[in-house]
Amino acid sequence: MERKLMKGNEALAEAAIRAGCKCFFGYPITPQTEISAYMSKRMPKIGGVFLQAESEVSAINMVYGCASSGIRCMTSSSSPGISLKSEGVSYIAGADLPCVIINVMRGGPGLGGIQPSQADYWQATKALGHGDFQLLVFAPSSVQEMADTVQKAFDLADQYRMPALILADGLLGQMMEPVAFDDAEIKFADASDKEWAACGHGGKRVHNISNSLYLKPDELEARIVERYQRYDEIKAKHTEAECYLTDDAELVITAYGSVARIAKAAVDAARKQGIKVGLFRPITLWPFPEKELKAACANADNVLCVEMSMGQMIEDVKLALECKKNVEFFGRTGGIIPKPAEILAKIVEMTQKGAK
Amino acid sequence: MQSKAIIITGHYGSGKTNIAVNLALELAKNGERVCVIDLDIVNPYFRTADFDSVFEENGVELVAPQYANTNLDIPSLGFDMAALLRGYDRVVVDVGGDDAGAIALGQYSQILKNFGYEMLYVVNSFRYLTSTPEETIELLRDIEYVSSLKATGIINNSNLGAETTADDVKGSAEYAYRCSAAAGLPVVFTAAKRELQVPDTKPVDMYVRPYWLED
Repeated sequence: MERKLMKGNEALAEAAIRAGCKCFFGYPITPQTEISAYMSKRMPKIGGVFLQAESEVSAINMVYGCASSGIRCMTSSSSPGISLKSEGVSYIAGADLPCVIINVMRGGPGLGGIQPSQADYWQATKALGHGDFQLLVFAPSSVQEMADTVQKAFDLADQYRMPALILADGLLGQMMEPVAFDDAEIKFADASDKEWAACGHGGKRVHNISNSLYLKPDELEARIVERYQRYDEIKAKHTEAECYLTDDAELVITAYGSVARIAKAAVDAARKQGIKVGLFRPITLWPFPEKELKAACANADNVLCVEMSMGQMIEDVKLALECKKNVEFFGRTGGIIPKPAEILAKIVEMTQKGAK
Repeated sequence: MQSKAIIITGHYGSGKTNIAVNLALELAKNGERVCVIDLDIVNPYFRTADFDSVFEENGVELVAPQYANTNLDIPSLGFDMAALLRGYDRVVVDVGGDDAGAIALGQYSQILKNFGYEMLYVVNSFRYLTSTPEETIELLRDIEYVSSLKATGIINNSNLGAETTADDVKGSAEYAYRCSAAAGLPVVFTAAKRELQVPDTKPVDMYVRPYWLED
């Protein structure tokens, strides 16, 4: 396969087009604007729709409408813009519709900054909007993996009729790496194959309605319970993680996305000093790979969670390990990228403490 | 390269910034008083302004917009182009990517014409939207249109980032030749990472690199 040099943002956009995304609704915000820019150039050439909405709120509601018709569609933004979308995301989840949302995280809260961050973990995995619902959340850590994840996100979103979120960050969005795309034709269901899609019925069937309003409590509860049965199936079937040198690790680092790559450099440096350390990288953040983490920490007493935030994923790490391991944290935030040496220093500190 | 102003343009990710840094340092090592203008008001990541310490060590002056890593969320170009062109032997202008980035250049077009310029268009056959000579030159015309300046040459900087091999560089000669023919412009040089030691290329050092993985 021919390899091209692509920015993470461009790879996300190109992968979406290849995965059958026909409509993109966006609004510019650093550091993800290249997704919109790319879509604006490519969509007209493939007979798709690129639309720059008047705001993030509009863009997500356009996604809601488009998703109702069964067409593969996407929106992207960065942290403050994702907050604006949260109402629409909740409606889409409440109407059980598939779509893909990309968050290229930057520093927050508020307008925050424009440099990379991972401080939207809680938002992505716990509460991107009100009500009882989850999103599929993926955390790729390279440009190639970003490209590969988009296809998976669209497929699982369709299969389970729910929004999928790709949680990237400014570093992944802006970095350039070689990418190869599989030129094999991608197969996916047409709108007309989706029995729920409001795509025109020609008077031949009862019309479909996309809706999240259920005023009768028993009806609403039944919808939610059915939704959570789907979530249970996803939890059983679709967790994903990467383990690096965890087999004999006495200390396991947990990190996702771009930070996992920095942590890997720190693991390599620590191994050179003879420290038995490994890396556990969740690829799905929801569902969180709990059993995989437990297995990776089988021989470890200590766990170090590294994030570009003040510590958010660490709560899922502790829950997954049922508080049976000592879990510590190292993070930088506000747009500061942690350095391998800083992580290494924390590894050494924890190892020495453990030796006492 | 004889002109007072050396303008570096190209597609996002063609490697403009790395080329601009290398050129500026080379000119400075030849004893010239060099000023680099970071004219990228599009992308706040991976900019010439990230290399201010390298410039300082080598006596190169850096002029950058008040933008990335400041508290301004609208970039301001608060410098006098004509004064810089008068005050230095050479001015290297690192322009933002694509026609969007080149818009900022347009306001200086008359001054640059007065002092004399070379506008070098950096191409990379491994970039997604400029992998054919036709696409590559289409973008060049857009850049020329918005900047009101004409390119004078092409720099072949075909690369796959850290994974570039000597064969990748050698294999790009055909693409560079066809870009040159399509644009009616000479290939000023082909750049290749110094350690690759590709014959007939200008060896360049990698200043734009994944520094976040380094200690």
